Amino acid sequence: MAVGGQGGGVLTGWIAALGERAGWHVQATSVAGVAQRTGATIYYIEMAPDGPRGRPVFALSPAPGHVDVLIAAEIMEAGRAAQRGFVTPDRTVLVASTHRILAVSEKQVPGDGRGDGAEVLAALRSHAAEIVAFDMEAVAREAGSVISASLFGGLARSGALPFAAAEFEAVIAGSGRGVEASLAAFRGALDWQPPAVAPPASEPGPEMAGPAAMMAEWSALCAELTAFDAEARNVAAAALGACVDYQDLAYGAEWLEHLRPFLGRGVALERAAAKYVARAMCYDDLIRVADLKTRARRAERVRVGQGVDGAAVLRVTEYVHPGAAEVCSALPRGLGAWIEGRAWAFGALDWAVNRGRRVRTDRISGFAMLWLVASLRPARRRLLRHGREVAHLEALVARALAALPGRPELAAEVLACQRLVKGYSDTHARGLSKFDRVMEGAAAVWDRADAADWVRRLRAAALEDEAGQALDGAVATVRSFAGPARDPERGAA
Amino acid sequence: MAERSFAREVQDLRLGAGETFRGEGILAITKALLENGVGYVGGYQGSPISHLMDVLADAQDILGELGVHFEASASEAAAGAMLAASVHYPIRGAVTFKSTVGTNVAADALANLASGGVTGGALVIVGEDYGEGSSIMQERSHAFAMKSQIWLLDPRPDLPAIVKAVSDGFALSEASNSPVMLQVRIRACHMTGTFAARDNRAPDMTVREALDAPRRDHSRIVLPPSSFLHEQEKVTKRRPAAEAFIRKRGLNERVGPEARVGLILQGGMHNGVVRALEALGLADAWGETEVPLYVLNVTYPLVADEVLEFCAGKDAVLVVEEGHPGYIEQEIRAILHRAGARARVAGKDPFPEAGELTAQVMEAAIRSFIETEAPQMLGDRARAPNLPPRLVGPAIDDNVPARPPSFCVGCPERPIFAATKLVEEELGEHHIAADIGCHLFSINAPFDLGATTMGYGLGPASASAFNAKGARRSISFLGDGGFWHNGLTSSVGNAVFNDNDGVIVIVDNYYSAATGGQDILSSRAANKSKATGHPITKAVKGMGVNWVRQVDRTYDVGAIRDVLREALTTEATGPKVIVASSECMLNRQRREKPLAKKAVADGKRVVRTRFGVDEDVCTGDHACIRLSGCPSLTLKETGDILRDEPVVAIDESCVGCGNCGEVADAAVLCPSFYQADYVQNAGGWEQWIAGLRARVIGALQRRRAARRLELRA
Repeated sequence: MAVGGQGGGVLTGWIAALGERAGWHVQATSVAGVAQRTGATIYYIEMAPDGPRGRPVFALSPAPGHVDVLIAAEIMEAGRAAQRGFVTPDRTVLVASTHRILAVSEKQVPGDGRGDGAEVLAALRSHAAEIVAFDMEAVAREAGSVISASLFGGLARSGALPFAAAEFEAVIAGSGRGVEASLAAFRGALDWQPPAVAPPASEPGPEMAGPAAMMAEWSALCAELTAFDAEARNVAAAALGACVDYQDLAYGAEWLEHLRPFLGRGVALERAAAKYVARAMCYDDLIRVADLKTRARRAERVRVGQGVDGAAVLRVTEYVHPGAAEVCSALPRGLGAWIEGRAWAFGALDWAVNRGRRVRTDRISGFAMLWLVASLRPARRRLLRHGREVAHLEALVARALAALPGRPELAAEVLACQRLVKGYSDTHARGLSKFDRVMEGAAAVWDRADAADWVRRLRAAALEDEAGQALDGAVATVRSFAGPARDPERGAA
Repeated sequence: MAERSFAREVQDLRLGAGETFRGEGILAITKALLENGVGYVGGYQGSPISHLMDVLADAQDILGELGVHFEASASEAAAGAMLAASVHYPIRGAVTFKSTVGTNVAADALANLASGGVTGGALVIVGEDYGEGSSIMQERSHAFAMKSQIWLLDPRPDLPAIVKAVSDGFALSEASNSPVMLQVRIRACHMTGTFAARDNRAPDMTVREALDAPRRDHSRIVLPPSSFLHEQEKVTKRRPAAEAFIRKRGLNERVGPEARVGLILQGGMHNGVVRALEALGLADAWGETEVPLYVLNVTYPLVADEVLEFCAGKDAVLVVEEGHPGYIEQEIRAILHRAGARARVAGKDPFPEAGELTAQVMEAAIRSFIETEAPQMLGDRARAPNLPPRLVGPAIDDNVPARPPSFCVGCPERPIFAATKLVEEELGEHHIAADIGCHLFSINAPFDLGATTMGYGLGPASASAFNAKGARRSISFLGDGGFWHNGLTSSVGNAVFNDNDGVIVIVDNYYSAATGGQDILSSRAANKSKATGHPITKAVKGMGVNWVRQVDRTYDVGAIRDVLREALTTEATGPKVIVASSECMLNRQRREKPLAKKAVADGKRVVRTRFGVDEDVCTGDHACIRLSGCPSLTLKETGDILRDEPVVAIDESCVGCGNCGEVADAAVLCPSFYQADYVQNAGGWEQWIAGLRARVIGALQRRRAARRLELRA
């Protein structure tokens, strides 16, 4: 079982050659064609030793309950095989790579739509006669080869076929292309050792760097985190670090002030408040993007990601597309609002700025442009966008505080809705509108004992699809039993 | 240039007597054609018979030596019509295509061929694209055989049996003056095995010899009164001759001892039946069975006497027949009824009325039949099967995602549909007609575009009813393959003639890509034996389209979006044709990757482009994935406890096509995408200037870092 394009045909050829070398009768079949393009694909092999009666009648497709060895080139494909009855505890040796290739249906969810490979693997462990499962994709990559070679190694390792490893290697050697790398991947899987379990590292705090004077202030600020429950402290430290990194030390102090009313009301609330207040404060704007893209750490990360060292010549082109709205919101409050209020001015600005830009940040001119935008950071508090974000944050905090007296759980759920607000331009606007609708729904169920549950459900629905259809359904459900919405800030239970 | 080189397979075609052929079923058929003195071969590529075409296309030398004419037909209709060469001349000819779709297209030619009949053996090799892995509607080729009186071979899936069917097919065709269809299913085409090769045989008459000595026989031409005579001839002469030949040569096989029950099966079902009997304890692995089998290597026509002989003395027979309707079962019932025989007939019950006879279905149905008709034959194990459980439950069901096929990494068609989605966001949803080809993957996530697919090259034709002046226009897609197959006349010509205002997007990736990257008229590369380089726009204009736009880089999402918007809103009447061209990435990578690798090794300057995502700029909304679905665009954990969602990441399979950057730009998504061009073997000057830039940039970075606090990890 493989995903199209993984080299299942090559592996099938090797396995067939392995049998043929030993004088076995072999038949391999596959379902190729259009369905092979990135879809789930099956290759099927039957083989038997030669005997006085010659070649057996070989079937062309696997039968549930009759599969001796199942090789899965991805963990979910192993799951699919088991679903179809091709992995059974009485006879099937399962050789599976545990890595994931995400399906589009998993990736396109606005939240986290990924299936859990670990759960599938756990279920498979009790459902196969024997199992050889580890990340064979990583083994192959390390050897500079592809997964067919490491799966072949996994098959040899399983001992399911009565052929010595040398026979496997001879097959690879006879295949002609990329033999060295294939052999390395093969041996990598054959001799794979589970990585030693590292001793649980003590939770490292955020690692801050900067001039000594500022570092001293940072330490003082960190000392205040003792006000948090010990179990919330790692989140709090990360949140504080993010705010300081985003703006400055004073911003970190502001964050602390916002957090105070939520302290001492349980770990869950402290964690939610620390995290989501920080996220609301560290909103995504032009300055932030320019700041992140001009840091030394980023340049290093790009090189690591591209697999090149510091000396290599690497050209980096940023794809940015600022619109009038972004530019306007990065203007001083008065000026920005003035332009926004006049269609002609806004239109003119849009005409001037709204186009896709390719910025070469490996060049001095391109880098300097972003660097200058990032240098607006100290002035951020005076900009139009900041005012809006502060208002949003204050409303969020006020709403959570309204729930606080009796219901810290509800307060935490309300804060967690900040998760919906993310992205840039249209994505940001859509997120904000979802946030508002969830808040409306929250208001409708505010007085119910299970309000926290409902807020969680509404939020999950909002993350299911882009258009918000699931959210529409959830809101309709809420409306069907709850009365008209009321303003929780004025009439908390 | 086909997807892969078939140089090794071509060598297999030279094997002679005493040597053993090893390879897949469809190549065994290819070799068998040459062993049987075929004079000409044609066909249209498509799974599962593409390899037959690909190998012969690469085997011009061998074909030339033997005097065999080969051509890649423009469509299955052209292939079917090609068999006309066997009408008056004793030349053996073979054509091949995917069925039933190809047979549908060829039906006109095949029906005319079958009416007049043939002198030389005429073989139609149909790759039956049915069951798992199929990409077409689920129907049977059997109906074509019956309606046109073409004989249908369905050999056991075993290389020697398939090879024998080729030789039997030619002989049967000649003995009965009728065309013969050889049906091979997907898995049999791709199944590996061996057979004892024979020497290739030059055709008894070559097409050259026929051209130099033309013949005609008025009575073979389909026009009254001959056409009425043909109909009579089919049932009075040709079919009896065929039945006599089948019986005399023993084309169908009887296996196993006498018993009160028996199975009548299509040859193609043989191995599955044996496996099911084995599971029931009624056969061994070598096909030695306790239940008698009547194996129909010829499924049409049936030989009534053989059927009656097999059923004589039996209480019941089970007809093992894949697909719907159960034509064979119906005919067997009729034969027994007509003869007053008393054997009971089971078929579509216990078998399901429709669908593939998978291993599971086969075992269940045969078990049920034996339990009903001969329970004493079943051993204890089979009577109380202890079937191992399937793995079910939420751990599997909630996690394993569906994985339909989709566009490859870097596919040039992806940006076309991303642009379509963007236009629809602006102008609203439109009726979209899809076609056959890779571009049909647009109907799946993340694009979810396209309402119907009506046949190869028929996309725009399928939108022809939607022609209301002033209404929102329809958009129809077709590929370059479909365009040359049938689209130019049936779709474009039709739209011109009927003054259809719709928008037609021709997705041109330089090849018939979905079938393996074969060349077509508009392919850009030179081809030794074919005429390529005929621009689609020229053909479209010649057809009378006035509004034609050519976009030469589909990855420019903004450009495609703009031209689509223009097509949907322009005042111009008549069809609006957009030709969106970029090379199939699969083929391009196959060609360029080895060259680039070699250039790097040779110390030449090579730029490798890949894209990346800044993980701390990405907000985890995944909007980019909803406009792409590229396999290399995936998700990863950041390890940041302040984040809930995984962020987007681009893996090493990225080929740097640029789609994600262009989409982020055109859809104004987010600024996290960057393009990284790694210059390998850069020159001295280039390295020096890069070093200088790095020093200045480093200074700016250090300057800022010295004045602020910054997270390190």
